[in-house]
Amino acid sequence: MKFKDYYATLGVGPTATQDEIKRAYRKLARKYHPDLNKEPEAEARFKEVAEAHEALIDVERRAAYDDISRRYAQGQSFEPPPGWDSGFEFTGRSADAAQSRSAHDAGRAAEFSDFFESLFGRGAVAPGDSGRNHDGGKGPSQGRDHHAKVAVSLEEACRGTRRTIALRLPVIDATGHATLRERQLEVGVPAGVRPGQHLRLAGQGGTGQDGASAGDLYLEIQVLPHPVFRLDGGDIYCELPVSPWEAALGATVAAPTPHGVVQLSVPQGSSQGRKLRLKGKGLPGKAPGDLYAVLRIALPPAGSAPQKAAYSAFASAFPACNPRAHLET
Amino acid sequence: MDQTDADSNMDPVLVEGHMSFTLVTLCQAVGAAPQQVHALVDEGLLRPTGQGPADWGFSGDALQRTRVALRLSRDFELGAPGVVLVMDLLAQIETLRTRLRCG
Repeated sequence: MKFKDYYATLGVGPTATQDEIKRAYRKLARKYHPDLNKEPEAEARFKEVAEAHEALIDVERRAAYDDISRRYAQGQSFEPPPGWDSGFEFTGRSADAAQSRSAHDAGRAAEFSDFFESLFGRGAVAPGDSGRNHDGGKGPSQGRDHHAKVAVSLEEACRGTRRTIALRLPVIDATGHATLRERQLEVGVPAGVRPGQHLRLAGQGGTGQDGASAGDLYLEIQVLPHPVFRLDGGDIYCELPVSPWEAALGATVAAPTPHGVVQLSVPQGSSQGRKLRLKGKGLPGKAPGDLYAVLRIALPPAGSAPQKAAYSAFASAFPACNPRAHLET
Repeated sequence: MDQTDADSNMDPVLVEGHMSFTLVTLCQAVGAAPQQVHALVDEGLLRPTGQGPADWGFSGDALQRTRVALRLSRDFELGAPGVVLVMDLLAQIETLRTRLRCG
């Protein structure tokens, strides 16, 4: 396990006030929050920032962390010394606050690092794994529903696939001790899934207490970026380069689709950006999407003498052509 | 790692377009307190069928919208009106991004 420099993560010094820590967190959260920033590395960065904030914004945790951090540097191998926290008397105020939060509010802590957990414990922020018994009463409570993500390629989204997913779920044993259980699930991803949709696996979430049923597992679909195709809901777009003469005179050209190459008729007189629709060739489903080939006119350079002559003949054939006519006043 | 389960084969259900939620099952699915969902209904982010909370019915799409709303609320300490404003703006940005991406 590596030591984490939470101050460096937030870009503040060890003497920063709680307000400065809050401001630094807010600024970085706006920059990296995965709902605001779709860059692939943003989510991991946000988790680091959120963990650093959670560790430092609580004065008791911060005091304990400060004591440890005097002996370690960022990235240095770290094992908490036995009884390292014996000199601290945690009031448990944070734990009380956690119990009053919704499961969602506290759920972020489940994603914190082993380093955080080794310092502050798994139960430092998150309440137990039961979910439905919101009133805090005694008695059986159904296990909490869990969420994970599954990434598929665009081709897999089109035709469906099977995925083996490794999950680490916290389980509370009879003594109240939290342990991690690793499970592998082989999941059938149906054809036609869209980004952001969810698959529900009944009974695969958190374990219930006192004989109550387990929660469900929800898998959020991510469709990986594709070098050729772009998704808009169930519709698929691809850029289709054509030569000027194919666009002007019309042609039948080979066009890629996730389902294979098709012969596509380019109407004569087509202009740059024209969208040619292939009905039902997008993502399959109850309402199948369409595929749009967006024409891009690829102008070949005039390198050789015959090619220059061809462009000259082109110009001679269109003496009235003035593409800048609309700019003249 | 303390325990390892044997492999399991699962055929899941697609939530969007195939499932619906009650207030209780939506709260369970997203880990929300009922009053958090109430606030999102009051702001118009969620539009359940039914006359009142006891017989509200939410479409499968509500799962994703509610999860995003709860994340924004938690991570930026936003109230429901702020969350809905941010989500409206995010939807506009996504529309523009799609237009750029797809031509």
